[in-house]
Amino acid sequence: MSSDYAVEAEGLVKSYGDVKALAGVDLRAPAGSVLGLLGPNGAGKTTAVRILTTLLPPDSGSARVAGLDVVADATALRSQIGLAGQYAAVDENLTGAENLEMVGRLYHLGKAKSRERARELLERFELDEATDRLARTYSGGMRRRLDLAAALVAAPPVIFLDEPTTGLDPRSRANLLETIEGRVAEGTTVLLTTQTLDEADRLADSISVIDHGKVIAEGTSDELKARVGGERLEVTLTEGSQQEQAIEALVPLAEERPACENGILKLPMRDGAGGIAEAVRRLDQAGAGIEDIALRRPTLDDVFIALTGRAAEHEQREGEEREPAEEVAA
Amino acid sequence: MSALQYAASDTLVLAKRNLARIPRAPDLLISYTVQPVMFVLLFVYVFGGAIELPPQFGDYTDFLMPGIVVQTMAFGGFVTAIGLSEDLRKGLIDRFRSLPIARSAVLAGRTISDIALNLLSIVIMMGVGLLVGFTFEANVLEILAGVGILLLFGYAWSWFFALMGLTASSSESAQAGFIVIFPLTFASSAFVPPDSMPAGLQAFAEANPFSTVTDAIRALWLDLPAHTDVWMSVVWSVGLILVLAPLAASRYRKATHR
Repeated sequence: MSSDYAVEAEGLVKSYGDVKALAGVDLRAPAGSVLGLLGPNGAGKTTAVRILTTLLPPDSGSARVAGLDVVADATALRSQIGLAGQYAAVDENLTGAENLEMVGRLYHLGKAKSRERARELLERFELDEATDRLARTYSGGMRRRLDLAAALVAAPPVIFLDEPTTGLDPRSRANLLETIEGRVAEGTTVLLTTQTLDEADRLADSISVIDHGKVIAEGTSDELKARVGGERLEVTLTEGSQQEQAIEALVPLAEERPACENGILKLPMRDGAGGIAEAVRRLDQAGAGIEDIALRRPTLDDVFIALTGRAAEHEQREGEEREPAEEVAA
Repeated sequence: MSALQYAASDTLVLAKRNLARIPRAPDLLISYTVQPVMFVLLFVYVFGGAIELPPQFGDYTDFLMPGIVVQTMAFGGFVTAIGLSEDLRKGLIDRFRSLPIARSAVLAGRTISDIALNLLSIVIMMGVGLLVGFTFEANVLEILAGVGILLLFGYAWSWFFALMGLTASSSESAQAGFIVIFPLTFASSAFVPPDSMPAGLQAFAEANPFSTVTDAIRALWLDLPAHTDVWMSVVWSVGLILVLAPLAASRYRKATHR
């Protein structure tokens, strides 16, 4: 295995009884990059993270993180990684500062350094007002930020974020994404799991799509989008507007000829076509009145439909295969 | 620092964290302060007059205090059960295990903080005991030896609670430990002389480690003949630790490998 990769996994297999959580997963993230693991609930994302963070030994296969084997070098590896799991794992009966100082001490940073890091991080995560308040008084968003701060206490070269934005309001979510981007800019390698393509799209240099314990596609977000079909423009015209003229006006922007369904024009947008602004200008020139116009980004469902021919089945239970949902594909 | 020094430091950091919780959670603080006081007062004044004592005991307070302190020691670890099962549920154990700490630190930190809490309970209970008429017939060394045996026995039960906390799926079921400890303490010499019990129960009470430890404390603190009780208390405690600690450690590994 090459040491250019900060995260490198080959053939990871993990079963729980009869259930195969991972059925041979390969992952690669170059140092300083962001790898997004995209997949529905139960796809095996969390299992992969638990193996890569030494919490769980794989049944077979091997993985190296920061050049260290996750099984043989587990102890040494733990000082090189930070983990923010699906639950905000903070001690509710400690203050924000105490939480981070404790984590610093457990990373063996020493008392003074731990205190200093705690102060720095609380400030950076806009928790300085809440430094000496017990974490149980924190809002969900504040807990999440504290949890992420804990993962960064030792400024580890590789961090693992398991669905870091689950349950966050849009503002907290935006803050968190900005923070992660900041870390990446400083050279940290990030492995991030998510259920939303949007998030993977924004953060990840490369994306591995996982389903039923297997990587079913990998590539940059542009590459994946190309397979999904990119963005779709949806236009509702005002009454009395000439539909044919509007369609002609939009043809140069579209991958294929725009179709009209239930009075809504739908077209897959060509890359670099100028987006919604260009569409509005052309429709205006053609004299078409716009009632509503929206750019719909591909969702996880779109990715799954494109890759597997079925919807992502977010809440699918074990053994309950659903038929490909036509209404979603429509 | 050496690996051993790191292990000690990790354990202390985690023990400190466990203890920080107590004054911040009023229900827990009450169970280590008000509750023992309440038990002493209830037993002394409610049962005190009704129980016929062997002649070597001056009054029921002298008879009761060693027994009730032993019972309190056994229960002291309940906070370990609650704490561990919460830490598992809330993902803190995963966080700790992803950190470069000694494998033993989480469980050692828990059980060691129980020792500090048990010491607090002993001081409070014996303070109240002295106020309601308990008298030591012992020198400082004998008193301290008694405290040492109490803490060792309490430490053994902390491992029992650690095992419960890691096995039970919630804090509530972790408290199922009480179902084991309550009958054991009452079917012993802790509160009444076993010879007042029916024959079968009496035999059980005499073989019960709670009787052994209670009688050891009585021997040390009330200047009574110890027979084998003092060293058998140590044997029981160490034996319990040798059985329960590896079980808890193995449970910990399994619970965290899900």
